[in-house]
Amino acid sequence: MVFTFSILLIFQCLGEGLVFALGLPIPGPVAGMLLLLAALTAFPALLDKLEDTGNELLRHLSLLFVPAGVGIMAAASSIGAHWLALVLSVIGSTLIAMAVTALVMRAAMARTADKEPPP
Amino acid sequence: MTSLNPLWVYLAASPLLGLTLTLCGYGIAHWIYTRCKFSPFANPVAIAIALISAALAAIGMSYRDYFAGAQFVHFLLGPATVALAIPLARQMPRFRRFALPLALGLAAGCVVAMVSAVGIVMLMDGGAQMAASIGPKSATSPIAMAISERMGGIPSLTAVLVISTGIFGSITARYWFDLLRIDSDEARGFALGVTSHGIGTARAFQISPQMGAFAGLGMGVNAILTALIAPWLLPRLIAWFG
Repeated sequence: MVFTFSILLIFQCLGEGLVFALGLPIPGPVAGMLLLLAALTAFPALLDKLEDTGNELLRHLSLLFVPAGVGIMAAASSIGAHWLALVLSVIGSTLIAMAVTALVMRAAMARTADKEPPP
Repeated sequence: MTSLNPLWVYLAASPLLGLTLTLCGYGIAHWIYTRCKFSPFANPVAIAIALISAALAAIGMSYRDYFAGAQFVHFLLGPATVALAIPLARQMPRFRRFALPLALGLAAGCVVAMVSAVGIVMLMDGGAQMAASIGPKSATSPIAMAISERMGGIPSLTAVLVISTGIFGSITARYWFDLLRIDSDEARGFALGVTSHGIGTARAFQISPQMGAFAGLGMGVNAILTALIAPWLLPRLIAWFG
């Protein structure tokens, strides 16, 4: 667990450093995730060492959104006069975007499956 | 009661109480989620937020004092985001196999999320500031807030909309995908991650590690693509709908 956490924090530092140094428009942890992904692809043995603790942390991912969520919902009362437009936009846009992403993917998967022989 | 007062003042001043509330609130929310057989309607993030907000109101604790303790949990979001690389690396062969469907799904989903969000707000006379605030709502919150600020939106309002989108997507995804007859875990997970970022990814991990990995991938690549195209796309959308 100490080993896994050290690796995760090292890569978060690397990600934050890279973002700062190059002025990238993405958050440091996302850059850290990409760097760790590259490292795990290059050294698959590392993956076996990190997997148990890493997946345990991700099993409780929901918990980690709670502190920010509490503050954000406290601010929700200040949403203002346009609340109806915003509520309908969240509902409509989320459903439309989920449908489009999944339907495009399904169509493309059906096409690629046609072309390739089954494994 | 008066004899308890010094103890209460002591506890409320230390980070311990905020941290305890966070873990207990989530523990209860997760217990309810389990009792409801992991029904999407019993979303543990939403229930924990409601329980803790109610508790804070009941004991008269400010969000600032609460966050002094809760920040230790909040901090773990960084390493957890980095840890998403672990299931992603495990699923790499399957990602390669689905490279084209994933790329097309991402491109379509990322653009449609912004067009539809801005379009609905503008058509309902919400105005440019509201449109800029909601445009990046499907991206993970640090990216969405930065884009909103640059585009003349209100970052704190964007944070509310991002979290609401994540919770709404996590609740409705199962029924919506069933209705649309989307059967593959790959497409369901990826679409959930692209539209509902980390909260959708958390929900996907509770269903299966494979779905979680595809959702994590969707969240990550949508964050990057949104950061790249929103500064160009959003002003044009707002002008076009306006």
